[in-house]
Amino acid sequence: MQASRALIARQAPRSLFTNNIQSSLRSLVLTRRTYAARATTPVTPESPVTQKDPVPPLSPSTVRSPGLEYYLAGADKVPGSTVNPYKDGPSALDKAMTSFLFTELIRGMWIVLEQFFRPPYTIMYPFEKGPLSPRFRGEHALRRYPNGEERCIACKLCEAICPAQAITIESEARADGSRRTTKYDIDMTKCIYCGFCQEACPVDAIVETQNQEFSTETREELLYNKEKLLANGDRAEAEIAANLHSEHVYR
Amino acid sequence: MQLQRLIAASRKPLLRSGGAAAAAKPAKWISTSVPALATPKTHTVKTVFDVHTVEDLQGMSAQEILRETQSPGRAAASMRHFTVNFGPQHPAAHGVLRLILELNGEEILRADPHIGLLHRGTEKLCEYKTYLQALPYFDRLDYVSMMTNEQCYSLAVEKLLNIEVPERAQWIRTMFGEITRILNHLMAVLTHAMDVGALTPFLWGFEEREKLMEFYERVSGARLHAAYVRPGGVAFDLPHGLLDDIFKWATQFSSRVDEIEEVVTGNRIWKGRTIGIGPVTAKQALDYGFTGVMLRGSGVPWDIRKAVPYDKYAEVDFDIPVGTQGDCYDRYLCRVQEMRESLHIIDQCLNKMPPGAIKVDDHKISPPPRAMMKESMESLIHHFKLFSEGYHVPPGETYSAIEAPKGEMGVYVVSDGSNRPYRVRIRAPGFAHLAGADFMMRNHWIADVVAIIGTMDLVFGEVDR
Repeated sequence: MQASRALIARQAPRSLFTNNIQSSLRSLVLTRRTYAARATTPVTPESPVTQKDPVPPLSPSTVRSPGLEYYLAGADKVPGSTVNPYKDGPSALDKAMTSFLFTELIRGMWIVLEQFFRPPYTIMYPFEKGPLSPRFRGEHALRRYPNGEERCIACKLCEAICPAQAITIESEARADGSRRTTKYDIDMTKCIYCGFCQEACPVDAIVETQNQEFSTETREELLYNKEKLLANGDRAEAEIAANLHSEHVYR
Repeated sequence: MQLQRLIAASRKPLLRSGGAAAAAKPAKWISTSVPALATPKTHTVKTVFDVHTVEDLQGMSAQEILRETQSPGRAAASMRHFTVNFGPQHPAAHGVLRLILELNGEEILRADPHIGLLHRGTEKLCEYKTYLQALPYFDRLDYVSMMTNEQCYSLAVEKLLNIEVPERAQWIRTMFGEITRILNHLMAVLTHAMDVGALTPFLWGFEEREKLMEFYERVSGARLHAAYVRPGGVAFDLPHGLLDDIFKWATQFSSRVDEIEEVVTGNRIWKGRTIGIGPVTAKQALDYGFTGVMLRGSGVPWDIRKAVPYDKYAEVDFDIPVGTQGDCYDRYLCRVQEMRESLHIIDQCLNKMPPGAIKVDDHKISPPPRAMMKESMESLIHHFKLFSEGYHVPPGETYSAIEAPKGEMGVYVVSDGSNRPYRVRIRAPGFAHLAGADFMMRNHWIADVVAIIGTMDLVFGEVDR
């Protein structure tokens, strides 16, 4: 009865991805029976094999679950509800062969040998780098308009939305009457790179660039001020603009 | 002379058993029970030492436990079992688990998990954030299955807001939920295998995880902490070509699972380390509130995706693998089979992915598109309101649970009608599983502890919250 409940699986036509479902079923039940449990393992009184307490009945009116219905009805009593294609188990000869000829270990080693001849997936990191999507959220930057004017208008939406409260802004009206920040600090040690600041920014001033290699030797260097952020923006403006252009249909 | 007498005097209270003859000889060092106390004399109240030298406090009232420190009690024991501190820096402790193991030789008599080393106060922090700002904190709970945590929170907030998410967003969530499940099970199964000695498949699994995290990065911009599934839908639409690449990945992934199974499943070392280890009966699993594979491995076919389908799980076909013996090996088999089932669901999501909106068309809840925000004053006001004040959620409370890869991930949200949740309570599956560590580890060898920790699939981000 226990073995027949091995897998609540209906024989539905499978997709092309799960092509090896039969082989997995085979291993699921067959390997279970090849060896007994380790002899040194102390058998606890409540081992599931000698389970005495029945499962307390769950009310079927509150929950609907096909699996649960099978279970409550007694899965083995519903014909065709469970499948155990290898209920007879391997023969003694099979078991002896597996155990003495190390077949399963040799098959495993063959897989390892196959991997040995495959091209490696690893890359030589500082010289080769993996691809990054235009959406990647890395180091922050403040952008400028093409005429050199800084974009940020000190609306403080990024300061308001930042869940980590990493952004601090102070602003003042300039001599020409336009409002600009006098202080724009990001504490990169607090930042959680959620990207809410660049989503909130109405003028695309604060962006997260694709640069992820900005580690420093001291903590103080990670407290970015406006000059640092603008310098980041000036350095990566071409890349930022290209990414924003490719993403504009999705935003 | 004086000195010798002094030493004799100081030794005297240490030797409790017997009279002068026993005092003359050095005391025996091995004892499973304290001889003086093993014979119940006067005390009628049961002390721990009547049962066992082990501090087995189960089934004792608080008074009885406190009485233990009085005489005769803890102080009277001349010999106690060896106690080992496992973790919090142990590489097999999956993070910051600290276990106090009481040993009899190499046999575990009692395992006492200590938690809280990764406590960040997520629940309290959420009370001071708007509903949108609280979302990134959910990524950081179970940091190997990020999007399912967001999905859980988003479903709760959507239930309070009483909104219906567009079809495409639901399919995207279902698909990425299953990608997340594969991410999590690859990590769970293969670190489990690595803990008991099989390093090679772990590296293959990380190759697949790398590919999956690239999908995460392409869709959300971050490899781990996506902040992608939001209340009201998802943050952005799928980038062009992503579904093709997921299809290409999916066509080869079942072969990778086969390879891992070929190496691990039949291997006699792996079976020796997992069969019969950490058995959980269905009764115990239900009593301790186990969910997910820890429950299904014991033979209870309980899966929230089937029982209370959310998003699009009612419209996809999949099976629930169920174990028979409730040991580590069965749970391993369930996880491997669940990866195949997830692949089957991803296949259906790819084929059924409809076109259309990816978040609700209500700009009081989800921000308007940028092009609209630039042109319409109304949308600009919505944009500013949403990113500063956030949206107000009608008063009410909800518990919404999903089948996260580790089990039932639930969040209980109370709203008082403001823009911030009044209370957020997170039900993490790993916490209940860790509570069962004691009964699962008892009477096992110390080497089995890592196998049991591995099978519990613990991530301390969610246990400690």
